[in-house]
Amino acid sequence: MPPEESGTVTYINGPVVKASGMAEASMMELVYVSEERLAWEIIALEEDVATIQVYEDTTGIKPGMPVYRSGSPLAVELGPGLVGQVLDGIGRPLNVMREKQGAFLRRGLQVPTLDRERKWPFVPNVSPGAEVKPGDILGTVRETPLLEHRIVVPEGVAGKVIRVAPEGEYTVTETIAVIATGDGEREVKLMRRWPVRRSHPLKERLKPSVPLITGQRVLDIFFPLAKGGAAAIPGGFGAGKTVLQHQLASWSDADVIIYIGCGERGNEMTDVLRQFPELQDPRTGRPLMERTILIANTSNMPVTARESSIYTGVTIAEYFRDMGYHVALMADSTSRWAEAVREIAGRLEEMPVEEGFPAYLPARLAEFYERAGYGKVADDRYGSVTIIGAVSPPGGDFTEPVTQHTKRFVRAFWALDKRLAFARHFPAVSWIDSYSEYVDDIAPWWEGKYGVDWRGLRQRALSILARENELQKIVQIIGPDALPDEQRLVLHVAAMIKEGFLQQNALDPVDRYSTPEKELKLLELLMHYEDRARDLVRQGLPVYRIQGMKVNRALLAARHEIPDDKLEELEALRERMDAEFDALEKEIPRPREVRS
Amino acid sequence: MAVTSRRVYLGVEEVSGPLVFVRGVKGVGYGEIAEVVTASGEVRRGRVLIVDGDRAVIQVFEGTGDISTKRARVRFTGEPMTVKVSDEMLGRVFDGTGRPIDGGPPPIGGEERDINGSPINPASRLYPENFIQTGISAIDGMNTLIRGQKLPIFSTSGLPHNRLAAQIVRQATIPGEESEFVIVFAAMGVKHDEAAFFRESFRESGALENVVMFLNLADDPSIERTITPRVALTVAEYLAFDRDKHVLVILTDMTNYCEALREVATARGDVPTRKGYPGYLYSDLASIYERAGRIEGSKGSITQIPILTMPNNDITHPVPDLTGYITEGQIVLDPKLHQQGIYPPIAVLPSLSRLMKDGIGEGYTREDHPNLANQLYASYARVQQIRNIAAIIGEEELSSVDRKYLRFGEFFEQEFLNQGDANRTIEETLDLGWRALGLLPVEELPRLKREQIDKYYHPWE
Repeated sequence: MPPEESGTVTYINGPVVKASGMAEASMMELVYVSEERLAWEIIALEEDVATIQVYEDTTGIKPGMPVYRSGSPLAVELGPGLVGQVLDGIGRPLNVMREKQGAFLRRGLQVPTLDRERKWPFVPNVSPGAEVKPGDILGTVRETPLLEHRIVVPEGVAGKVIRVAPEGEYTVTETIAVIATGDGEREVKLMRRWPVRRSHPLKERLKPSVPLITGQRVLDIFFPLAKGGAAAIPGGFGAGKTVLQHQLASWSDADVIIYIGCGERGNEMTDVLRQFPELQDPRTGRPLMERTILIANTSNMPVTARESSIYTGVTIAEYFRDMGYHVALMADSTSRWAEAVREIAGRLEEMPVEEGFPAYLPARLAEFYERAGYGKVADDRYGSVTIIGAVSPPGGDFTEPVTQHTKRFVRAFWALDKRLAFARHFPAVSWIDSYSEYVDDIAPWWEGKYGVDWRGLRQRALSILARENELQKIVQIIGPDALPDEQRLVLHVAAMIKEGFLQQNALDPVDRYSTPEKELKLLELLMHYEDRARDLVRQGLPVYRIQGMKVNRALLAARHEIPDDKLEELEALRERMDAEFDALEKEIPRPREVRS
Repeated sequence: MAVTSRRVYLGVEEVSGPLVFVRGVKGVGYGEIAEVVTASGEVRRGRVLIVDGDRAVIQVFEGTGDISTKRARVRFTGEPMTVKVSDEMLGRVFDGTGRPIDGGPPPIGGEERDINGSPINPASRLYPENFIQTGISAIDGMNTLIRGQKLPIFSTSGLPHNRLAAQIVRQATIPGEESEFVIVFAAMGVKHDEAAFFRESFRESGALENVVMFLNLADDPSIERTITPRVALTVAEYLAFDRDKHVLVILTDMTNYCEALREVATARGDVPTRKGYPGYLYSDLASIYERAGRIEGSKGSITQIPILTMPNNDITHPVPDLTGYITEGQIVLDPKLHQQGIYPPIAVLPSLSRLMKDGIGEGYTREDHPNLANQLYASYARVQQIRNIAAIIGEEELSSVDRKYLRFGEFFEQEFLNQGDANRTIEETLDLGWRALGLLPVEELPRLKREQIDKYYHPWE
């Protein structure tokens, strides 16, 4: 499609440009400017003047330069070749840009998302004559050892398969099937294009009921997230948002991971790029990169492309979801995205409401988080998109608009506490301010699969932590030694839970990931410890004897000393613990029985 | 078109704060440099901020004083703001826009570079992982600086941040490597005395011929500050990525830079956000701080140490807050430690180095370093809690373990932190950390590995 010249630039203010002669254009249409063909998007129309946001630096743009229409909205190419890629906010592969431009990004380069030359091994799944409907699998491409790329019948296409390509190698633009529909024949290629700003709804939305297992104890047990759910991670700088997001991207039991570095540090993306090919998926032993797609629009890259990076990411997520996969999307950070929205609104001189943000901020946030969901994608297949958004509140103040509005649209809230981070308690997820509304939805899964009272166990540990929080207020005034022994035991057990369970060292090869079995057994063991200790303290054993037990160190170290494949060592630890408690019990002085 | 626009001189329609409004322009590009000639013939440079049909808004760097709507004339250069970069710049002193002020001639060779640079492709970055020994225990031991990192110093008025920065510059080495650092120093709105202090300090350490200085002093035009760090970083990028040098960039004081940016934003009528700063402050700061690191195909590196003073010592103020979100950690100075005569007064708990995890430990510093740093943090955090309790109930009421923590805290501050101008090796720093932990019973050290305790832990009692 040779773009047609249709307008001329009249106004430039940073990333916002106006052009006249655009009466034919439509909202959100992609246009190209000047001979450099800079990609821009229309964000407002008034008579024949279009207001356009530009994805690249506008230095040197002058009034009078030509504007070319494309006739279609911003879209992303979808097909084999996405996995393992690093894309910028509008879907350009950064590796290809590096080959063409060197280490620095220069504007005006048009690169397709998918490689046009590369051939993919296609295996058909249907035969000519078959009746197909949207969601049915026409064939598959083994994209990576971890991921089978399923070519499904596109939305709105149904009918009889006339022709299907035989098993063999094809590029993304070759036709692999022809379907006779009511409106004539439709060709299906390995590649398709979806507009990014429109949601692609699930065929049938269902209530989330399966947890997203993250291997992070504090999340899986205390503040769980369901597949198809949405969670927010708010935290000031240095609270560990990014490390936690990296942990989630590494260890979550999703089929596909989309990681969006939205307005964040360049070196952090490099860190992911360096580590993911080396880190292994704990379930398959394959490199994590084989199921990961990175979108990197770092803080110094154009702000408008940062704004669209979120949409590009979630559209790719929906595409994989429709194949019947569970996709987890991490966005770090949604605050930078909201600031990009604010910056553009400011340049358009829109009325600011809270802290300079436009009135439609909550609506935009809702649109994004509502693209998460779990449901049926075909008769026999289920898929989901789970969204985890980091929030960077200015000054660590959770009352600011982005945190507050995000809270309305997510059901799991993982509040990071700077005080915990200062004490190097990581992940610094506050057990006081965090919550999850998915507990009741997914409790049957835990209880059915492991046959334990997961809800009860969780509630009991949380109560101890809540009680400790109350007691600490008293301790601040009178010191711990003034408390009765029973309350001092609460402090001691809470400290054991914090150090031995809640904390998790992202750099330790054993500790960084726990299987659900280990998570459960470790917490059960700690609760057993509490049972025995409380019993002895009631019988009169001084609490310092509990604090001085030899087994304490081993119990605290179990999280990094006992690997997932040697959980029987936890049994041995339990026996040692019981033996030590038994010995202590014998030492308790018994009041002599009084004979009457 | 560029040729004609160069020759056309236009009248000024309006002057407002740092902005000049011109009508009748043709073929003027966004971001290009304009020259405003005052009635007395003085030439001031500025940058095009908005083009609207035949109107343009120019931000004048050198102040709008003496510019009159009747007699000033404007011409457009058709070029973006550039600076000439070359090896000859080493050992020289320039003003905030890159013109020599040391009495010497402008550098002859070199090429003109756009001061805004271009973003580094994240796929082309090399991850920073070489430990820089600064000789300062609180940094080397607990907030390790890595080559290619951006690690700011958060300070407040009256604290010795300049002394600390100068000490880092003087002592910074890569153990086992001979290559020396080249220094690019950019001052934004700092006092004459401070600039002289740095100059003297570079001279004393014999590093002056390896330093490029860009000085925008407190009484220089404030708007010029908005370009000073960009000029400096353009030179730094040339030295690092074209000339394979390891460059240490000192930017001081970023708070003055942000205030100048706010001045322009206010004059332009941008929507204000917190404390009147524009919504794009984050993106703007990122366009400075992200010009650090290492890239493929070059042996050099840029390590940035921006210095900023926190108004009212408030770390949630937009300038330190947004900086902390972009930089890879922060070194926070504490007035309370300073009052106690502790130098450097580094508050280790709110300080952080995000890149240290990959540049320390076996093969980099010493195998016990990560766990030792972790344990020192945790123990020192506990000291703060116990001090709070002790302040209320009195030290005598504390348990014996808690009293040991207080002694540990005392030793940690007086010996580990308070090193004065001493230049410690990493081994000395780590050994001193272990000595401090020797004040605590072994049960209180769960973050250390058994074999590390066997090897390094020596209880005092």
